[in-house]
Amino acid sequence: MKTDVVVIGGGIAGLEASTALHNLGHHVILIEKKDILGGHVALWDKLFPNNKNASSIIHYLKDHLPQNLTILLSTEITNISKRNNSFFIETNFHQTIETKSVLVATGYDVFNAHLKEEYGYGIYDNVITSAELEEMFKNNKPILTKQGKEPSRIGFVHCVGSRDRKINNLYCSKVCCVTAVKQAIEIRQKLPFSETYCFYMDLRMYGLNFEELYNESQEKYGVTFIRGRLSEASETIDGKIIIKVEDTLLGRPLKMTMDMLVLMVGMVPSAGTSFLINKLDLLSNNGHFIASSDEHLLANYTNVNGVFVAGTASSPKSIDDTFADARSAVLAIHQYLTSQKM
Amino acid sequence: MKSFQYLKKIDRTIDYDNNDRALFYYLMRVEPTVALCIACGACTATCSAGNFSTLDLHKIMLSIRRGEKVYIAKEITQCVLCGKCQLVCPKNVNTRGVILQIMSFLQSSQL
Repeated sequence: MKTDVVVIGGGIAGLEASTALHNLGHHVILIEKKDILGGHVALWDKLFPNNKNASSIIHYLKDHLPQNLTILLSTEITNISKRNNSFFIETNFHQTIETKSVLVATGYDVFNAHLKEEYGYGIYDNVITSAELEEMFKNNKPILTKQGKEPSRIGFVHCVGSRDRKINNLYCSKVCCVTAVKQAIEIRQKLPFSETYCFYMDLRMYGLNFEELYNESQEKYGVTFIRGRLSEASETIDGKIIIKVEDTLLGRPLKMTMDMLVLMVGMVPSAGTSFLINKLDLLSNNGHFIASSDEHLLANYTNVNGVFVAGTASSPKSIDDTFADARSAVLAIHQYLTSQKM
Repeated sequence: MKSFQYLKKIDRTIDYDNNDRALFYYLMRVEPTVALCIACGACTATCSAGNFSTLDLHKIMLSIRRGEKVYIAKEITQCVLCGKCQLVCPKNVNTRGVILQIMSFLQSSQL
């Protein structure tokens, strides 16, 4: 198979870019390793800050997919190499695709919370990740502890896997702060008699309407924010979690028993992103996400001519940032392909 | 005699499980802007009474949520209700309203 551009990753960045590149007249092949499209967003329930359904975004993208776009599902790349000005991609179906350009839209994985052992993920019954809580919301599962009780006190721990030198992730994952605010509100809506607490280092409400959502969570839903990083969690005999935090605004230690602890896991480069960094000799940011040629002027270009990047493969991004990035990648690839044709 | 500096250890831990947060829930009903405080400290910095006393409004705000009732009852009496804290508050917390409600709550409940 021969094509102009191969888009690797069928999340929202890959879908948006494939559609736009096709509509600009280029031949596009979209490769997705899972058997469904939509990436992480397909797993989510409601979106911050305006409570929009995540599925409406996926429906929109799928509805606008061109009919004759080649989409390869359940397809994994086993090898990728560059010869002359073409890339040769081998898949698990033993196909070889020859392409003039590649768009890396392989996204992120959620941080493996086992690495922060002191928070007890995988050790204590009632410590879960924000991704798991979102999945409960999405599938309309009842919010229950492992012991089958409705939790009356739920804590959210910010910055798990982000801004942490101990696990070599110095960057901020950007979206966890406001996700915690969103999920704390949802818990209060679903369990009106519960108390919710957020333990944070800083709250980074950078986006439009984020601060408004944060205010609403406090004024309307009584979510309590405590500045202090959780030092450790331990389990009681009946499966509750005792946490120890320094309340740094009061300068006093604080002890609290929780029924459920939610870890706000950040973003790490996906396995696919790391694989392509290796195979294509792409430069990365401190061994993490794919490095742009220039973070201001050439955000979607990489050090390899013909390889472009979009979405969270290059840094943690929100959904709107990802869309903007995907569209700007389309323009970069369009310029690259048209200059080759001439 | 040699002093070994033995001290009685006073536990400073905020005991969330046993503290009584009735004041917080009362304020959430009658003056919900109390929840918006981000403990920036502007009120404390401008406080007229704070110049001459230990009154520290942002600490009182934090203590409300944590159920530290004894501290609040002791400190709140030093307020002169001048309202400067309300002028500087970036979150537009009705600080005077909060303080007046605290006073009326404490008066009606036996500490």
